[in-house]
Amino acid sequence: MTATTLPNAAPVADAREENPWARAWRRLRRRKGAMFGLVVVLLFVMVAVAAPLVAPYDPIATSWSAVRKPPSWAHWLGTDEVGRDVLSRIIWGARASLSAGLVSVGIALAFGVPLGLLAGYAGGWIDALLSRIVDAMLAVPFLILAIALAAFLGPSLSNAMIAIGITATPVFIRLTRGQTIAAKVEDYVEAARAVGNPHWRIALRHVLPNIVPPLLVQASLAIAGAIIAEAALSFLGLGQQPPSPSWGSMLNSAQRFIAQAPWMAFWPGFAIFFAVLSFNLLGDGLRDALDPRHK
Amino acid sequence: MSPLLEVQGLAKHFPVKRGAFGFVSGHVRAVDGVDFHLGAGETLAIVGESGCGKSTVGRLVLRLLEPTAGSVRFDGEDLLVLSESGMRARRQRMQVIFQDPYASLNPRMTVGAMLGEPLMLHGLATSEATRRARVGELLELVGLRPEHARRYPHEFSGGQRQRLAIARALAVEPQLIVADEPVSALDVSIQAQVINLMRSLQDRFGMAYIFISHDLAVVKHIADRIAVMYLGKIVETATTDELFRNPRHPYTRALLSAVPLPDPTAARERALLEGDIPSAMNPPAGCRFHTRCRFVRESCRVDVPALADDGSGHATACPWWPEFPPARSLTEGSGQDQDRIRLARLQAAFVTTQTEAS
Repeated sequence: MTATTLPNAAPVADAREENPWARAWRRLRRRKGAMFGLVVVLLFVMVAVAAPLVAPYDPIATSWSAVRKPPSWAHWLGTDEVGRDVLSRIIWGARASLSAGLVSVGIALAFGVPLGLLAGYAGGWIDALLSRIVDAMLAVPFLILAIALAAFLGPSLSNAMIAIGITATPVFIRLTRGQTIAAKVEDYVEAARAVGNPHWRIALRHVLPNIVPPLLVQASLAIAGAIIAEAALSFLGLGQQPPSPSWGSMLNSAQRFIAQAPWMAFWPGFAIFFAVLSFNLLGDGLRDALDPRHK
Repeated sequence: MSPLLEVQGLAKHFPVKRGAFGFVSGHVRAVDGVDFHLGAGETLAIVGESGCGKSTVGRLVLRLLEPTAGSVRFDGEDLLVLSESGMRARRQRMQVIFQDPYASLNPRMTVGAMLGEPLMLHGLATSEATRRARVGELLELVGLRPEHARRYPHEFSGGQRQRLAIARALAVEPQLIVADEPVSALDVSIQAQVINLMRSLQDRFGMAYIFISHDLAVVKHIADRIAVMYLGKIVETATTDELFRNPRHPYTRALLSAVPLPDPTAARERALLEGDIPSAMNPPAGCRFHTRCRFVRESCRVDVPALADDGSGHATACPWWPEFPPARSLTEGSGQDQDRIRLARLQAAFVTTQTEAS
């Protein structure tokens, strides 16, 4: 009879000491798609960081003797209309695309999460006001708003990042707000109040850590969206400025030579596709791995 | 001596909003005028069906909910006039244990962080080392081990989690712990452990409990006094022995006769409650129990009975109770005996465990 062991020898919990993140990692590792996404993302990040070392040519050096050459041993992915090496431009372009993805989503998180937490936790008129602003911003299509903001700020890569970041913020406000409202009524939040926590500490220490998983999933998917948005802005000339390479601006210049030099369009398009696919796979895997309902 | 806790006219009406514009269409009178008091080191049980407002009373006393009306005096001080930060400081002296230990522990906080938090908030452990020592001590107090501090709640069983919740409540050495159905989510065998733990901690530290429950067998074991609630009001309050020996209010009598018997062949006449508990949005006029009372009279539909103390501390919100047949004839002899036997067995289990443990 277990009751006879009172009060000092309660049965011992099984010995698996594992924090929630370690458990999520273990579950993520079992998912092939997610691991594929993670590997490709890390590969892209490594290539972007080591661009000066791995790029075979200077990405902006022109060569009139090698204009629009198809892929060859000298230029693996061919050359563009002014003789620049496409592979080197893709490698350097990864910097623009990935940093656009990470920085703009970072901006969106930095504004969206605190505002969403405030709206969800405080409720009342603060919530009503913020939610209406969010509704208004979400009523405008994502890309249209990003283009409008980028045009307003002026064409440059950093302005494009800011524009994309601001455009992606409402989604994070709304998600954080909803998750906060759901977490706010949990017993452990009430327990935190009963213990004597001030409100700011309840919001940061008790609510926020419990809503990180859905935010992480949304962030990885938003990076994919931001990469596309950066490509679109660069394609339109509002992002990375020539001659600096970016996948979007490479597509832009390639469209005029699509019949004569299809490799100029194919490789940047493929890079965008691959990076976006990888972030999406990673996001999907994270969603499954972090979902507490899955064992 | 003034009581540790004195509650008067406590009420909580939740507004009910309807439609797109959120117009208030009515109020749920979850708690509607409740008075009670509690001495230091005493255990008061609040019992009643689900929906009677007993959990709300617990939250109102701790001011986790803001009352609509009434006063809560803790150690002579009115809690309801305190500011937000003033109330936060008082929380050191009153703590809570929730029903569901799977929901009441933050899943992303280690046990050590969870137990250290109240110490840090109330300035009870200034250095990291004293905090860690105190956390280890708390874990041992509730029958766990200091090295469990590194773990997360999901690594513990339900009973162990409830022990953790008790340790968290205990951390600040409160004078009052409100326990909201602390064992009803646990297995019966674990219930006994947790109840015993709560009792031995009370013997040791002398805090008062408000023990909210619907399980009369458990309540009989832990409570000094019992308050029976029905639809937001207290209908009867007495010492535990007196209430079980001599229930007066028809509702209390029905509740007591509904305690299940271990022997299904034991015959007894049950004072069964018919129908459902009426809506608290629109409670019956007069005595709130009149729609289900087997002794209902014409005047019950009009007059609101007051909770009248007979001088011995046994108060009943029914003026007609002296005229009812004695409770014994309601629950036939055998049934009553079966109740006694079951309770005696339960208590015997508790007593042996305590002596063996000490």
